[in-house]
Amino acid sequence: MAEKVRVLRGPGAGRMQGKGRRVKEPGKLFRRLMSRVFATYGLHIVVVFFCIVIGVLANVQGTLFTRLLIDDYILPMLKDAGHDFSQLLSAMARVAVLYLVGVMSTYIYQRLMVRVSQGTMLSLRKELFQKMQELPVRYFDTHAHGDIMSVYTNDIDALRQMLSQAMPQAVNSAITIVCVFCSMLFLSVPLSLLTLAMVGVMLFFSGRLSGKAGTFFASQQKNLGSLNGYIEEMMSGQKVVKVFCHESQAIEEFNKKNDELFESADNANKFANIVMPVNAQLGNVSYVLCAIAGGLLALSGRTGMTLGRLASFLSFNKSFNMPINQVSMQINSVVMALAGAERIFAMLDEKAEEDEGYVTLVNIREKDGELRETAEHTGVWAWKHFHQAEGRTEYVSLAGKVDFLGVDFGYTPDHMVLHDIVIHARPGQKIAFVGSTGAGKTTITNLINRFYDIADGKIRYDDININKIKKGDLRRSLGMVLQDTHLFTGTIRDNIRYGKLDATDEEVEAAAKLVNADDFIRRLPEGYDTFLTHDGTALSQGQRQLLAIARAAVADPLVLILDEATSSIDTRTERIVQEGMDSLMKGRTTFVIAHRLSTVRNSDCILVMENGRIIERGTHEELIEQKHRYYELYTGKKIS
Amino acid sequence: MERSYDNLSAKEVFQTLGACVKGFRLASVLTPVFMILEVIMEMIIPMLMASIIDEGVSVGNMNHIYTTGFKMIAAALFGLFAGVMGGRFGALASTGLARNLRRDMYANIQTFSFSNIDRFSSSGLVTRLTTDVTNVQNAYQMILRMFMRAPASLVSAVFMSLLISPKLASIYIVAVFFLGGFLVFVMRRVTGYFRQVFEKYDELNESVEENVSAIRVVKAFVRGGFENARFSKAAENIYRLFVRAETMLITNMPVMQFTVYACILSISYFGARLIVSDELSTGQLMSLLAYCMNILVSLMMLSIIFVMVSMSAASARRITEVLREKPDIAEPERPVTEVKDGAVEFRNVSFSYGGNSEKAVLKNIDISIRSGETVGIVGGTGSGKTSLVNLISRLYDVNSGELLVGGVNVREYSLETLRNSVAVVLQKNEIFSGSILENLRWGKEDATMEEVRSAAKAACADEFIERMEEGYDTWIEQGGSNISGGQKQRLCISRALLKSPRILILDDSTSAVDTATDAKIRAAFREYIPEVTKLIIAQRISSVKDADRILVLDQGRVSGFDTHEALMESNGIYRDVYESQNGNGDFDE
Repeated sequence: MAEKVRVLRGPGAGRMQGKGRRVKEPGKLFRRLMSRVFATYGLHIVVVFFCIVIGVLANVQGTLFTRLLIDDYILPMLKDAGHDFSQLLSAMARVAVLYLVGVMSTYIYQRLMVRVSQGTMLSLRKELFQKMQELPVRYFDTHAHGDIMSVYTNDIDALRQMLSQAMPQAVNSAITIVCVFCSMLFLSVPLSLLTLAMVGVMLFFSGRLSGKAGTFFASQQKNLGSLNGYIEEMMSGQKVVKVFCHESQAIEEFNKKNDELFESADNANKFANIVMPVNAQLGNVSYVLCAIAGGLLALSGRTGMTLGRLASFLSFNKSFNMPINQVSMQINSVVMALAGAERIFAMLDEKAEEDEGYVTLVNIREKDGELRETAEHTGVWAWKHFHQAEGRTEYVSLAGKVDFLGVDFGYTPDHMVLHDIVIHARPGQKIAFVGSTGAGKTTITNLINRFYDIADGKIRYDDININKIKKGDLRRSLGMVLQDTHLFTGTIRDNIRYGKLDATDEEVEAAAKLVNADDFIRRLPEGYDTFLTHDGTALSQGQRQLLAIARAAVADPLVLILDEATSSIDTRTERIVQEGMDSLMKGRTTFVIAHRLSTVRNSDCILVMENGRIIERGTHEELIEQKHRYYELYTGKKIS
Repeated sequence: MERSYDNLSAKEVFQTLGACVKGFRLASVLTPVFMILEVIMEMIIPMLMASIIDEGVSVGNMNHIYTTGFKMIAAALFGLFAGVMGGRFGALASTGLARNLRRDMYANIQTFSFSNIDRFSSSGLVTRLTTDVTNVQNAYQMILRMFMRAPASLVSAVFMSLLISPKLASIYIVAVFFLGGFLVFVMRRVTGYFRQVFEKYDELNESVEENVSAIRVVKAFVRGGFENARFSKAAENIYRLFVRAETMLITNMPVMQFTVYACILSISYFGARLIVSDELSTGQLMSLLAYCMNILVSLMMLSIIFVMVSMSAASARRITEVLREKPDIAEPERPVTEVKDGAVEFRNVSFSYGGNSEKAVLKNIDISIRSGETVGIVGGTGSGKTSLVNLISRLYDVNSGELLVGGVNVREYSLETLRNSVAVVLQKNEIFSGSILENLRWGKEDATMEEVRSAAKAACADEFIERMEEGYDTWIEQGGSNISGGQKQRLCISRALLKSPRILILDDSTSAVDTATDAKIRAAFREYIPEVTKLIIAQRISSVKDADRILVLDQGRVSGFDTHEALMESNGIYRDVYESQNGNGDFDE
C-alpha cells in the first residue's frame, strides 16, 4: 500500500528536485535560523561578537606596532649612539599584554561557538524527532525514507558546518576588513585606495571563475546523480546481469556515464582550483604594487610616508586580502547549509496529525451497579464520553464492538480505493479478509486505528464514532501485528515490553508463553536478555513474527488487527506461529488479513474483497456453498 | 558479510591504486612540480621586498625600486601561472584517477561470481563505487596540491630566514617544533575522539532510521513519548561527546595565534637589537616578519591534510579490496560451446557457501533428471532448494561430487553457453528501468516482436501488457515500482523464456501470482515448451503437484523424489506440507 501512494508522485522526486533547485527566499530562511539561535543563545552570541572584536583589535594593534618599532625606536636608535632598549621593552610589554588578551578572547569565543552550534544541533534534532512522532502515517507513506533520513544526516551536518565555522569566520572577516581598512587609511590614504582597487580586480576574476565553476559543478552534480543511480540499480541487479550474460553491455553503458562524469568533474574542479591561486597571486601583485608605490612615496617625502608606516601597511595589505579569500571559500558552505535548513524547516512546518477527539479511555471500578472512574490500574476500561450539549459525562464499557457503515476511502480525494464498506463485528468475533493483492484488505485495517481518515461513512467503536475518540486512546485499545515485522534495537525483553512499558518481567514472559515464543527465547544463549540489532536480523523470520505477536499480547488489547505473513517459513515454524496467533485471538474481536486456511475456517465471518468492495460475506461453509469467488480462491478452480 | 581488510598492507593499497593513475601520470607529476614553483615564487617576493627597502627606499634609489618591483611582479605573475597550472593538472589527475577507479572496479565486478558478490553485498559495492571513490579523489587532489606545497613552503621559508639571519631564524625553528608537537598531540587525541563521536553518531542515525521504518508500530502502540525520551537521551549523549571533541580541536587556533604573536614579538625585539648593532637591515626584518605567517600557516595546513588523508585511508583500502578480488569461477581452457540436451545429473554433490564444509547446505545429492522433464522442488526454509538450482548454471561451484548438464560436467562449458542454455528466474529478481520491451530483450537482444509476444504469452504476461496504454513500450521505473509483484514475476519469466533455454528454472517465481494464473502458466509451459526441462521451486504444493516428479529437500538432503501420489504415500514431510495447505490453501494473491 505504501508503494502505491508513492507512485502517485513518482519515485525519487523529493531529493532530485531538491538538489538542482535554488533555495527560495534565502534571506527569510537565514533570519529564521538566526532568530532561532538568538532566542536560546542571545547572550552567547553577544559575548562571541565582543570577543571577536577584541581578537581583531589585538591583531591590528600588533601590526600597527611595526610602525612604532621602526619609526620610533629602531631608526632613532640607529641615529643616536645611545642604545636604550628599556623603553622598547616596556612598549613591547604593552603589546604583549594586548596580544594575550586577544588570544584569550579567541579561545573564549571558539568555546562558546562550540556550545552554540552543538546546542542548536541538539535542539534541532530533538525538535525534528518530536515532530516526526506527530506526523501522520501518510507522511511516511509519501516520503522516501532515504529523504527523511538525509534531513537528520546531511542537512544537519551542513548546518553544523555553517554555524561552527562559516558564521564566526564571516563575522571575524567582516570585522577584520573594517578594522584593517581603517588602520590602512590612517597609515596612507593613496595606498589604501590602491589596495581597494586591487581587491576589486580580485573579486572580478574570482567571481567570473566561480561562476564558471558553478555551471560545471551543476552538470557534475547531474552526471554524478545519474551515475550513482545507475550504479545502485545495476549493483542490486548484478546477479541478473550474470544470469543473462549481460556483462559487456553493462560495462559499455557504465563507461559512457563514467566518462561524462569525468569530463564535467574535471572542468568543475579545474575552475574551482584556479580561484585560489589567482586570488593569492593577485594579492601578491597588490602587495608588490603597494611596496613600489609606498617606496616612491617615502622617497618623495610627501604624504608623510615613513619606512615604519610602509612596513605596517604592507602587513595590513596581506591581512586585508586574506579574509576576502576566506569569505569566498565559505560561501559554498553557506549555500549548502541554507538548502539544508530549508528542508529541516519544511519538515518542522509539516502539518502534524490532527486529533480533535475528546473521548478518552479510563480505568473504572464498578460500584453499586455504576461505573466510576479511578486512577488505579483496575484492568477494567471504559470510554469517558462527555456530551457537551447535555453537559453530562457518560462511561461506556470497553467491549470491542466495531462497525463500518458505508465507508468510502481514497489515498487521494479523486481516487477512491474502498467503496461502501459495511462490517459489523460483535465483541469477540473473528472477521477474516480474503482477496487478491490490491483488493484493499490492508487499507481497511489502516482505517480502524485512524492511520488514515475515511472520506465518507462512519466507523463506530462501542457505538462511539471513532472521530470522537482521542487517537492515542483509540490506538491503545487496539492491538496490531503487521505483516512486515519491525523490531527495535534492544533486548528481547525490551522489545516485548514495547507493548506495555510498565509490564513486569513475569508479564513479559507470560505473554511470550501465551503466543509460543517462550520456547525459542529460552533456547537462545542469553534468553530474554539477547540483544537485537538491525531489526533483529539474527533471528529467523518466524521468530521475529513470534516476538511481534508477543509484543501485541503483553498489551492485552480487546480488539486485534492481524496481518498474517505470507512469507515462506517452514511448516514447523509456521505451525508454531499459527498456534501463537490463535491463542492471541481467543476472546478478542479480531480483524485478520488471512493467508492461512485454518484462520479463515475458524472465522465468524469471511469478507471476500475485490477492487475495494466486499463482494461476498459469510462463514466458510456458506461461501463454499455459494460457489462464487471464494470457492474459486479455495479450490483454485475457475467457475465460468 | 563484510570482509575484513586488515590483511591488506599499505604497500598493496598503494600499488593497486597507483596502477589506476595510468593515463594521468604526467598530470600527477606536473601538479606538485607546479605547486612547488608557485611556492618558490611566493618566497622570492619578501626577499625582493627587503631589497627594495634597503637598497631602494633607504638609500633613495628610484631605479632600484623600479627594477626590483618589476622583478617582483614578474615573480607574482609566474607564481600565478604555476598556481593555475597546478590547479588544472591537479583536477585532471584526481578526477582521472576517480574515473579509472570506477571503471576498473566496475569491470572487475562484472567478472565476479555470485559468491564474490555475496562477500561484498550489493550495498557494499555501491558504497565503494560512490562514496569511497569520492573520498579517494579528494584525498588525492589534496595530496598532489597541498602535501607537497605545505612542506615546501615551510622548508623554503625557514631556508630563506636562515639566509637572512641564522640567529633570528632559530626562533622559527623553536616555534616550528613547539607548534608541530602541539598539533600532533591535539590531532592524535582529536581523531580518537571523533572516531568515537562518529560511531555514536551512526548509532543515533540508525535509531532514527529504525523509528522511521517502524513508524506504524510506534503509532499503533502510541509510543511517541517513549521514543522521544529515548532519542533525547541519545542526542544529548552525542552533544556531550561532540562538545568534548570540538573543545579539544579549537585549542589549535589560540595556540597558533599565541605562537605567531610570540614570534612577532621576539623577532621584533631581537631584530631591533641586531639592526642597531648593524647586523640586520630594516628591510630584512620586514621580510622575516612576512615569512613568519608562511611557516606557521603551512604547519597548520599540514596537520589538517594529515587528518583528511588518514580519514580516506579506509576508503582506499575498501577500493583495493574490490580491485584485488579474483573471481572464484573461471572459464575452462577448452570450453564446450554447445549444450546437447536438458538432462541434469547430480553425482554425490555436496555444497557449502564459502567452502566451509561443516556448514554444508547440500549433502550428497544424487539425482538424475531427464531432458524435458518437469520437476517440482519443495522443502522448508534453509533446506537448500535455491542452492541446488544455482549450481546448475554454475552460479556457484560444487565442493565435491559432479554436476552434469546435457551429459557434460558444467565446469567444461563456457560460462556463456551454459548460462544461455540454463535460464534461471531468480528468487530475488530485478527489473531494470526501461521499457517492457527493452527488459524482455535482455533474454535475446535481437528478438523480433513475434518472439517477444510469444514469450510473454507463455508466461501469461501478454494479458496485462496488452491492457497497458503503451503496451510493450510502457516504461518500467527503477526496481519495477510501478507494476505489481505478480506482473514483475511474469515479466521475469518471459525474459527468461526468450533465451530459448534447454533448462528453465523457476525459483519461487510465481509466489505473487494468483493460483488461477499460476495454473495457466504451467499449462502454457506444457503447450509451448514441452521439450525444455523445467525445475520449479514453490511454496505452494498446488504449483508442483502436477509435475512429473517432485523433489523433497530436508536440511540439504534428498528426502524424496517421486510423483505426487507416491510421495503422499511414502514421504512424511511432503504429506505434512500438503495437509497444512490442504491442496490450495492460500487465499492471497
